[in-house]
Parts: sequence; C-alpha cells; structure tokens
Amino acid sequence: MSDAADMSVLRARGLRKDYGKGEGLVRAVDGVDLDVRAGETVAVTGPSGCGKSTLLHLLGGLDRPSGGEVSLNGRRIDDIGERALARMRRTDVGFVFQAFHLMEELTAVENVELSALLAGRSPRAARRRAEELLEQVGLADRAGFLPSALSGGQRQRVAVARALSNEPSVVLADEPTGNLDSAATLDVLNLFENLHTSGQTLVVVTHDARIAATADRMLSMRDGVLVDETRLTGGTTGRLGALVGLED
Amino acid sequence: MGRILLVGRLAVRDLRRRRVEAVLLLLAIMAATTTLTLGLVLRDVANDPYQSTRAATDGPDVVAGAGLIPGGDRPAELSGLEELAGAPGVVDHSGPYPVTPAELQASGRTSDVQVVGRDAAPAPVDQPEVTQGAWVSDGGVVVESAFAHALDVRVGDPVTLGGRSFEVVGVAVTAAVAPYPETSCLVAVGCASGATPEELSGLPPGLLKNPGLVWLTQADARSLSPDPGSLSYVMNLKLADPAEAQAFAVANARENRGALRLESWVDIREEATESAADAQILLLIGAWLLGLLAVASVSVLVGGRMADQTRRVGLLKAVGGTPSLVAAVLLAEYVLVAVVAAAAGLAVGSLTAPLLAEAGAGLIGRAGTPPMTMSTVVSVTAVALGVAVVATFVPAVRAARSSTVGALAGSARPPRRTGWLIAISARLPVPLLLGLRVAARRPRRVVLSVVSIAVTVSGIYVALILDAFLAADPLAAGVDQAQAEWLRQVLLVVMVIMFSLAAVNAVFITWATVLDNRRSSALARALGATPGEVSAALAAAQVLPALVGAVLGVFPGGFALFHAVNAITGGDGDRATLPPLWQLLGVVSATVLVVAALTAVPARLGGRRPVSETLQAELA
Ligand SMILES: Nc1ncnc2c1ncn2[C@@H]1O[C@H](COP(=O)(O)OP(=O)(O)OP(=O)(O)O)[C@@H](O)[C@H]1O
Ligand SMILES: [Mg+2]
Repeated sequence: MSDAADMSVLRARGLRKDYGKGEGLVRAVDGVDLDVRAGETVAVTGPSGCGKSTLLHLLGGLDRPSGGEVSLNGRRIDDIGERALARMRRTDVGFVFQAFHLMEELTAVENVELSALLAGRSPRAARRRAEELLEQVGLADRAGFLPSALSGGQRQRVAVARALSNEPSVVLADEPTGNLDSAATLDVLNLFENLHTSGQTLVVVTHDARIAATADRMLSMRDGVLVDETRLTGGTTGRLGALVGLED
Repeated sequence: MGRILLVGRLAVRDLRRRRVEAVLLLLAIMAATTTLTLGLVLRDVANDPYQSTRAATDGPDVVAGAGLIPGGDRPAELSGLEELAGAPGVVDHSGPYPVTPAELQASGRTSDVQVVGRDAAPAPVDQPEVTQGAWVSDGGVVVESAFAHALDVRVGDPVTLGGRSFEVVGVAVTAAVAPYPETSCLVAVGCASGATPEELSGLPPGLLKNPGLVWLTQADARSLSPDPGSLSYVMNLKLADPAEAQAFAVANARENRGALRLESWVDIREEATESAADAQILLLIGAWLLGLLAVASVSVLVGGRMADQTRRVGLLKAVGGTPSLVAAVLLAEYVLVAVVAAAAGLAVGSLTAPLLAEAGAGLIGRAGTPPMTMSTVVSVTAVALGVAVVATFVPAVRAARSSTVGALAGSARPPRRTGWLIAISARLPVPLLLGLRVAARRPRRVVLSVVSIAVTVSGIYVALILDAFLAADPLAAGVDQAQAEWLRQVLLVVMVIMFSLAAVNAVFITWATVLDNRRSSALARALGATPGEVSAALAAAQVLPALVGAVLGVFPGGFALFHAVNAITGGDGDRATLPPLWQLLGVVSATVLVVAALTAVPARLGGRRPVSETLQAELA
C-alpha cells in the first residue's frame, strides 16, 4: 500500500451500484476507484443522473454497494452491520443534503445537537457544542427558531452545523446549494471555504461548475464512471466569491 | 442519558406538532380503555357479590322453609324443621324465624312483601349485613337492599306495613335469599316473582306479586299476622361441607315428602348473579368491539403518519440513528399516548362505573361498588399498551429496516398503483375519478375503514335487537323491569362510546387521507380541478368504503355477532325478532350520511389548502 493510500480518509475500489435487473438494469455507479486524503476538498460534477448522489451515499454508508469496497479511516464499511454502519455515520461522517432535511419539529439548535445526542454525549455538552457551531455559521440569534421560520440559506447553514456536530472525518454534501439563490449560495460557499481552511475533509457533489471550481480536485462523472480529474488551486485562495463570480 | 432524552424529545415534539392526531389517537385508545374498565368493574360487581355477601353475613349453606302448604299441619312442619337442625352434616343454624306476607306502602308506592321476624341480637348463621342504618328494633324495619333501591326508600323514611306505621331503620344485604325481584318464596300464599304487569293482572288475588323482603323483630312480625297458625318459618343451616349443600337439600326434601322447602346456596347464587352477568357480557363484548375499533384507528393513524415519518426516519438514520433507536422513537410516541389513555380510561371508567354499577350493585343486593382492583388497572394498561404496540410494531420495524436513501427521498412506502381502477375512473365525473384514485392509492387504509364501519354497524345492529327485546319482553330475556332498564342503560353506554369512536375513526381516516394526498390534491388543482371537486373526491374516498362497511356490518357482521352473543349468553335467539328491512336500510343510509358529514370538514380543509404552499413544502 502506498503512502498516499494510507493517508486516505475515504477510499473506494471497484465500487458498483446496480438498480433493477435484466432489461431494466441501471449501473448507477460502475467501478469507481477513489481516494480522498485528509483535509482535501473534492468536487464531483457531471450531468443529471450520472450517479453522483448514489456515489456519495455509498461513500457515506447511507446505501450499500452491489460490489467493490469502501473504507473510511482504513476501516471497511461495505460489509458491516446496520447498527455499526449507523454508529459510523454518527461519528465519522457528516451529511449535507440539497433538501436540507432538518427535523421540522426541532429548533435549529436541537437539530444541530441531534447527532451529538445520538452519539451518546451528555445533553449539556451536546447543547454547548451546538451553540458554538451555530455561532460559527452565523445563526446564534436563530437558535430557537423552527426550520419553518428560517430561510433556505439559513436552513442549509443549520444543516452544515449539524453535519459538523461530531467532528466527522469527512463531510459529504450533495448539491448543498441546489435549492438556494445566489446570495444564500454565497453564504454556504463561505462556510465551506472556512471548513476547507480549517482542514476539514470535504466531498461536494454539484453540477454547478462555479462551485466545483473551489475544490482542490474536481472529478467528472459520466454514466456511473469517473471520467476526468482536474487539480485546482483556486480552492485555497481566500477570495472564493470573487473567483466564482458571485461577488461584485 | 442523552439518547433517552432524545427519544423522549422526538416523541413529545412529534406529538405536539400533530396535536389533532395525538388527541384523536388518545380518544381512540381511551374509548377502549374506558369501556374495558367499566366491563371489568362490572365483572367484579357481577362475579363476587354473592361470595362477598355470603362471607360478610355468615351466609347459610342451606335455607329451609316450612309452613308453605296452605292449611298444612303447622306444629308438625315446625318440628320437622327443628329436627333438621340436628341432621347429620349440620354444624350450626339460626331460626326458625317466622315469616308473614304483608303489603308495604312507602312514599305513595305499594308493594307486596315477605316479612321475616328476626332477633335484635346477631345470629350465628345469616346475619344480614347492614349497609345503611341499623339492624331491626321494635317499630323499626330493615329493607333488603335491592328492594330498597327499586322502591327508592331510605333510612328514616316512614312506611306502612299491614296498615301499621313503621320507620325504615336500616338497609341490609343477605345471602339467604336472592335479591329483589328474584326473591325466593317463603310464605304459604305463594309468590309471582319477576312478573310483568300484564302477567300480574291475571293472577289470583292472594298471591304475592313481586314481593320484596323486609325484616322486623320477631314480635312485630308475629303481630302482623292475623292468625299465628298462618305463619311460615324459615331456618338457616350451616353444613360441615358447603359443597354438600345441594345433595343435602335434595335428600332432606325427599325425606320430608315436600313439607319442607330446601334451597342450597348454589341455587341462590345462580338467581342472584343473573342480571349482572348479562350486563358484564354486554360490556365485555362492547369492550372487545371497541378494542378492535381502537386497533383500526391506531393502525390508520400510524399508517397515515408513517408516510410523513419516512423522511424523519431517513434523516434520523442518516445522522446515525441505529434501527433500534428509530424503532424506539416511533414506539415511544405511541406508548406515551397509550399510557395517558390508560390512565384517562381508568379514571373516566372508575368515575362512571358507580353510576352503572351502583344501580347494578343495589339491584343484585350488593353493598356499594367494588373498589378498583389491581388486576383491573393492570389489564386496562396492558390492553392500551397492546393496542399501541400492535398497531405500531409493524410500521416501526418496517421503518427501522427501510433503506435510508429511499426514506430520505420520502418514498419508503410509495402509494400503490392499481391500474384497472385508474383506467375505470377515467370515465367517471371528476370528483369520483379523483376519489377512486385516492382510495386506490392506499388499499389497506380502505380495508381498515371498511372494517371500522362494519364493526360499528354490527354493534348497532345487535344493540337494536337487544334493546327492542328488552323493552318489549324483559321476562323472556330472564330479567325483570328494573334490570331490563339497567341493561338498556349499559347497552346505551357501550353504543355511545362505540359510536364516538367510530366517528373519531372516520375523521381520522379522512385526515390521514388528506395529509397523504396533499401533493396529489395540489397537483390536481394545479392542473385545473376546483377546490370543490378535490374536497368531494376526498369525501367520496371515505363514503364509498363506508357504504360497503355498513352493508357488511349488517350482513354478515351484525347477524354473526348477534348469534355469537346469543351463544355466549345462552340466550334464545329465536324469540328475538330481527330488525325489519326499513330499519336496516335506515342504519346503512344513516351511516353513510354521518360519515359524509364527518369527513366534510377535513375534506374541505384538504381541498382548500393553497396549491403553491403545498408544492413548495414538498421541496423542502
Ligand atoms: N432507487 C432507484 N431505483 C432505480 N434506479 C435508481 C434509483 N436511484 C437512482 N437510480 C438511477 O441511478 C442513476 C443515478 O442516480 P443519481 O441519483 O445518483 O444521479 P445524480 O447524478 O445524483 O443525478 P442529479 O444530478 O439529477 O441529482 C439514475 O439513472 C437513476 O435513474
Ligand atoms: Mg443527485
């Protein structure tokens, strides 16, 4: 095993996911090899239906592959039990979804502390951490609001805070700005930029090339296969918004 | 600690967020627990009043009577009775006590009575237990409890006995004589116990008509009889082995060639518990039907909410909730409601039980209402939890096992697609078209709603038969007027609760359907359906199953239930007339109308929700 592979937070080999069978067989992910190193931000782009979400779900243990391997922090996660998988998700992975997926009945701060409580933290510690995170995403003053009283951008920032709650090894984001207008997109982009500079490992699925341009590496996907890889430097510059043309 | 907090918080928040549903769910389970509590309390009334009265009053194993033959040889009969006290197997006795027929007038009402003369000192066998006031004294009369209840006399009331004034000094229960109006005949003139007014009118004049039982002092009792030779006597015997009572009675009655009347405690108990046992059966059957309805309600609700819950479940799993945690959150919600419903049902049941049971307890000659027993509390709580767990278990496990990704997309249990229905409905007017499609989306919910209506209608059907039967001919049913009234009350209570629950169910199912169809309703309207058409469709989706349910509830439902009730109670179903066709048609159409009315409001609300808001909400 090479050094680079050893340092991988995420590692996939020959990863496959099929839906249906016979005539209707769809190879949503078709033999993907991937290494994501600690502190790296990787963007995955591609046309609609090419398998980006599926890949992300496989990487985060939300779904089980039809074939191939996935390891997180050197540990195989494609063949472990449902319970172990759940534990892994709560401690090692943070998800951010396009549709936010906040619990409607919980306030912002309660949504953020959810994974900490699941992980067995004390209620007090979980609350303190959640408040810190909301402060970090600039929503300290909205802690007691229900999601229905927040704007889309604010909801997504709460979701990002929640993803960070247990200091995960990797944050997986699926079209995090897909439902947002450009101002809210900028907020979320800034947040991701901060995460990047603080050394958080990040995999972002997007078909917005401007967002992809902020990553260290950009992977292009087509019909379930990674077809291209581009190394970028823009992701490390401080003036992200300017780079992607969202600032004046 | 944190995880328990989390489970609790998620359960409570979700309940609070859907308050209407939580309240309906609570009502559904509460209706079942209330009836069950009533049924169990009445069971306690019905089951052990005789035993407890027997224990409290040193009840006799055999009651022997003499002087029952008009113009018989009194001294010989009396000595025969006294000999019995020394018969083998007899360990103790009280009496013989004199008995005389008389007429009692109290607060404008007149009734025949049998007057037993007793000593003021306590007797070793059959010392009636005074439930109010005191035991006999000169000039003071003690009235048997069921009789006192039926006549509405109380301690302190003045009464006339055989033309002389007495004061009611006490009310008492005894195990020696079955309570009013089943009272055994202790006098020579004969009695017609438990007869209807029509039957009474044709009887010979001397006969005691539905006589009650009162106690006086021996001196007072003897003084009521014009001729000491016309007195009858009664004696209470205690045997070494109470199990031998029946054999003892049969053997000694034969030996005395019918001069003595011998009744064992087993026979007395049988007469004493009859009506309470009927009421108990009614209530338990009612509770059982309500239990079924409650399971149907809860299943509908849980099923309806699960569609809403899938996304929550997916989310919980995505952030690391294990399958068992997900199941725990879902179960916790319903268990919480069930516990509250059990407590409320026990409270309401034990508050209302006395209203029913006191009448019953008085009627069956028992002192007061039995206290709530631990076994009642445990059974009711267990049933409430059972209902919640049974209804929740499958969806909870299914949710816990569902694919996380699928759940996040909100498609864990996608609506069914019933192709032929969709094809047929295309030819119908818009409301029916949409209505059929709404129903076709959730076939299981349609089944539940059919079952729920069918169960209710079956109950109503049986109630109609029983009520008509009890009103027209209580004696054929083996009960007297007062007991028939009481049974009809019990029947009414069960029916009212059942009807309310069915109403809750109908509202529930509509509401679940409305929630489930938010998106398709909004889409239909986006495509040009009017709010009225959408409301009509949502209502039609409830009314069609209601029609089917009502018909099935009459036949075979009600028919089968009636025969089951008959079989259980050992009743004679042939004597009951089945409801006429017009009444059945009335029940069916009333059911459909009521369901239409009940579903109108939620359906209207569902049809009027702003389209854009709904479609927007689907995105987030
Ligand atoms: N549950 C499923 N059953 C069958 N096919 C599926 C399922 N989920 C996804 N697919 C198929 O897998 C392929 C990849 O889907 P995926 O959602 O990963 O695409 P995507 O790249 O995320 O698209 P988008 O950019 O539109 O979100 C698609 O062709 C889709 O039709
Ligand atoms: Mg996608």
